[in-house]
Amino acid sequence: MSSASPIAAEPTITPALVAEHGLKPDEYQRILALIGREPTITELGIFSAMWNEHCSYKSSKRWLRTLPTRGPRVVYGPGENAGVVDIGDGQVVVFKMESHNHPSYIEPYQGAATGVGGILRDVFTMGARPIAAMNALFFGAPDHPKTQHLVSGVVGGIGGYGNSFGVPTIAGMVMFDPRYNGNILVNAFAAGLADRDAIFTSQAEGIGRPVVYLGSKTGRDGIHGATMASAAFGGEDSDEKRPTVQVGDPFAEKLLLEACLELMASGAVVAIQDMGAAGLTSSAVEMGAKGNLGIRLDLDRVPTREERMTAYEMMLSESQERMLMVLHADKEAEAAAIFRKWGLDFAIVGETTDDLRFRIIHGGHEVANLPIKDLGDQAPEYDRPWEAPEAHAPVLADTLAEPADYGATLLKLIGSPDVASRRWVWEQYDHLVQGNTVQRPGGDAGVVRIDGTTKALAFTTDVTPRYCAADPFEGAKQAVAETWRNLSAVGAEPLAITDNLNFGNPERPAIMGEFVAAIRGIDAACRALAYPVVSGNVSLYNETDGVGIPPTPTIGGVGLLPDHRAMATVALKTEGEAILLIGADGHHLGRSIYLRDVAGRDEGAPPPVDLDAERAAGDLVRRLIRQGKVTACHDISDGGLIVAVAEMAMAGGVGAIVTAPGGVNRLGWLFGEDQARYVVTCRPEDAAAILEAAGLAGVPGRSIGLTGGDSVGVAGLFGVSLAKLRAAHENWFPSMMAAG
Amino acid sequence: MKSAVIVFPGSNRDRDMQYALTRITGDAPQMIWHAEPTLPPLDLIVLPGGFSYGDYLRTGAIAARSPVMRAVADAAAKGVPVLGVCNGFQILCEAGLLPGILMRNASLRFICRDVHLRVETADSPFTRAYAKGDVFRTPVAHGEGNYTADAETLARLNGEDRVAFRYVTAAGEATAEANANGSVENIAGILSDRRNVLGLMPHPENMIEPAHGNTGGRRLFESLTHTLVAA
Repeated sequence: MSSASPIAAEPTITPALVAEHGLKPDEYQRILALIGREPTITELGIFSAMWNEHCSYKSSKRWLRTLPTRGPRVVYGPGENAGVVDIGDGQVVVFKMESHNHPSYIEPYQGAATGVGGILRDVFTMGARPIAAMNALFFGAPDHPKTQHLVSGVVGGIGGYGNSFGVPTIAGMVMFDPRYNGNILVNAFAAGLADRDAIFTSQAEGIGRPVVYLGSKTGRDGIHGATMASAAFGGEDSDEKRPTVQVGDPFAEKLLLEACLELMASGAVVAIQDMGAAGLTSSAVEMGAKGNLGIRLDLDRVPTREERMTAYEMMLSESQERMLMVLHADKEAEAAAIFRKWGLDFAIVGETTDDLRFRIIHGGHEVANLPIKDLGDQAPEYDRPWEAPEAHAPVLADTLAEPADYGATLLKLIGSPDVASRRWVWEQYDHLVQGNTVQRPGGDAGVVRIDGTTKALAFTTDVTPRYCAADPFEGAKQAVAETWRNLSAVGAEPLAITDNLNFGNPERPAIMGEFVAAIRGIDAACRALAYPVVSGNVSLYNETDGVGIPPTPTIGGVGLLPDHRAMATVALKTEGEAILLIGADGHHLGRSIYLRDVAGRDEGAPPPVDLDAERAAGDLVRRLIRQGKVTACHDISDGGLIVAVAEMAMAGGVGAIVTAPGGVNRLGWLFGEDQARYVVTCRPEDAAAILEAAGLAGVPGRSIGLTGGDSVGVAGLFGVSLAKLRAAHENWFPSMMAAG
Repeated sequence: MKSAVIVFPGSNRDRDMQYALTRITGDAPQMIWHAEPTLPPLDLIVLPGGFSYGDYLRTGAIAARSPVMRAVADAAAKGVPVLGVCNGFQILCEAGLLPGILMRNASLRFICRDVHLRVETADSPFTRAYAKGDVFRTPVAHGEGNYTADAETLARLNGEDRVAFRYVTAAGEATAEANANGSVENIAGILSDRRNVLGLMPHPENMIEPAHGNTGGRRLFESLTHTLVAA
């Protein structure tokens, strides 16, 4: 073994230093056994970066492996920077969702902005031009003292980054729950379009090829435990501490995008990996290990923006907007010209080798020399103890008293925190740039057409944390099913999902139990709906003062429309059309918005998801939309049927009157959140044929009313004017943000 | 028609503009990199939307000093139509080709939504396919579109019929509610004194076909096509 020669400031590796790197004593023993000696401080940093939960998935890996990841359209599933799914005509959609929770709580604008930057890089690293972005945001109680500041900063940061970069942010979700008071969630999604035969991966090939650094300079930002490390290195550097939240530069990212795509088209790129978490370390290890090659890096050639950076700092920096590439040796000059055109830093910082070692040279010394494959392959993996979550009894409508005033109840729900319009949020996102947005935010899914075709891609992100908290298995099933439903509701064929699994501390058996149940729920839903998981991210330890967040398995779904002209929207189109309920009558009120926000009881079991019924209803609705028989469509979710009808009426500026069928419990029928259901409208003469088609498909359905007038109501029970509904719906968010 | 779209490093609606020009005029524009010191003979120059240099200083401030801008100014002086949309409008103001400035939106927030514009003059190469008083829908997407100018400049703009568009309600009224960003006198777009330079904040290029939900922006490009210019 060639020993790493110590440099002057090399500190002693003490148990305390090991602990500060987040490595458990047995994990450190594993390192000693692996390399046969004490690691250098740089090596210790590398291990801590590679073996932390975020990079190694050590608590979640054994469960993630159980998920279905294959399908006839799947080109690359989990394990690459993003999932890749075939959409025909030689093209693929490339997508992933990732969390940036902790940074966004500390510094909401930059935390959210760099979350967007990171996910965009994951997509264009694979050679895809980003065409759509979404985000799922979970904040604490609306009246919590920090919420306004966090919402304002996070929304500003997402807009600030995505708008400047030039990707339309076309869908998303925002939820409020006091259990996120001390730990908000910011989950960012991005999708890109590429040719199937022009996908790039991190797998390096060939010995002696140049390893090239591209993008912004490396600074001391984002170094995990950097404060500790810099103090340990030399006292005079202690004023050089940097916050661990990175600063985003969307302009630099835009340059990086264009330069990377131009470079890829030139044929110079062998392998490419963005520098995300653990920056230079994980990108270099990934490229070498995947390609069965060693990597030698000379840190004296890394562009830095601060002086006297140590090897440790350079290897762990999370400065943004950086890429690492392996190039064909004879294309160096051509590549350099492209980088210069875009004004980006470019440096050959190393080469591929045949010794399967990860060697770092700094100041003429070898400061790390590690077995490159073992850094990933030998990372610890845990089967953590878990406890099955406790079950709750369902809450059925007939156990509850009816509200005194149904109209006031609808108005309250329409203006409630989780139902009110998110216009205040999505108007701050450029959702039209690129000129392909054919369905804007506010509907069931955002839709962008594909340049030069009639095809389009639909995007949605969903999860209902109050369901997941009560029953993580059913809640996770529901999250997958709701994305599938939202895609079907615009007429899209659901292709695949990305999952962003946000949970508390996995070392607690109850939390681990939530995680296991959620994985099983995702697994069940994805298998039943033939809807594979192609990428994802796990975010654990989301807790403050020992209180974990509700389990939040956010699902991002992507669907394909063969012709966007046959797309459905939620808006009612004209007076005198039939309103149909597709799916069964509602009665399930456990964990509903009604029960929580009107009755004041967050109780019971969430609505169960019958996946066969889900599939049958979705397939039917999609077929009807494509046949042009449906004039408007909306899935039934938060708030139940009458909230869905009211949302359709407000979107179209056309009223609606429905009639509750005899014999049903009105409360459950109007506000129940039973799954696998849609409201559709059609020309009156088409209603019978649609209901017949439903019958043949084994899907319950009934005609429930007519569009028209300027109010929404139930015959013989109540009516609320569209103007009042709209005021309640639109005013809640701006008022919350303006409250003193 | 020989047109060109100037591409700055941070332009992000350059492709949208390329698409709109190709679709409506029938000819694809040349895409010209901002570092070019000269321009070929052209019938139209477009400065597209985006964040030309990241806009960390003032929007358009660095782009206005880009090599290509001298050539753009020379062409404008010779009467070549120059269209600046959003960031392009900001650059034209910074470069002194149009008077006034664009400040942060009155709400202090970025805003992306459809607005209604009233055509204030049909006397320009960009608006001749409209009639004065026409109202059309088109989106805005900007953080700094709050137009302002000193009283003397405003008097000249009004007196010389150089206000091209104002933000109005669907019924055509220039109210405070219709004013998307707080611009003085609801001004959304203005012309140069020779009427061959137009700057506007809204994005007509994103509203040209049924898939966009409306075709209100189409006529601006139709105004520019040869047939209409010849007519």
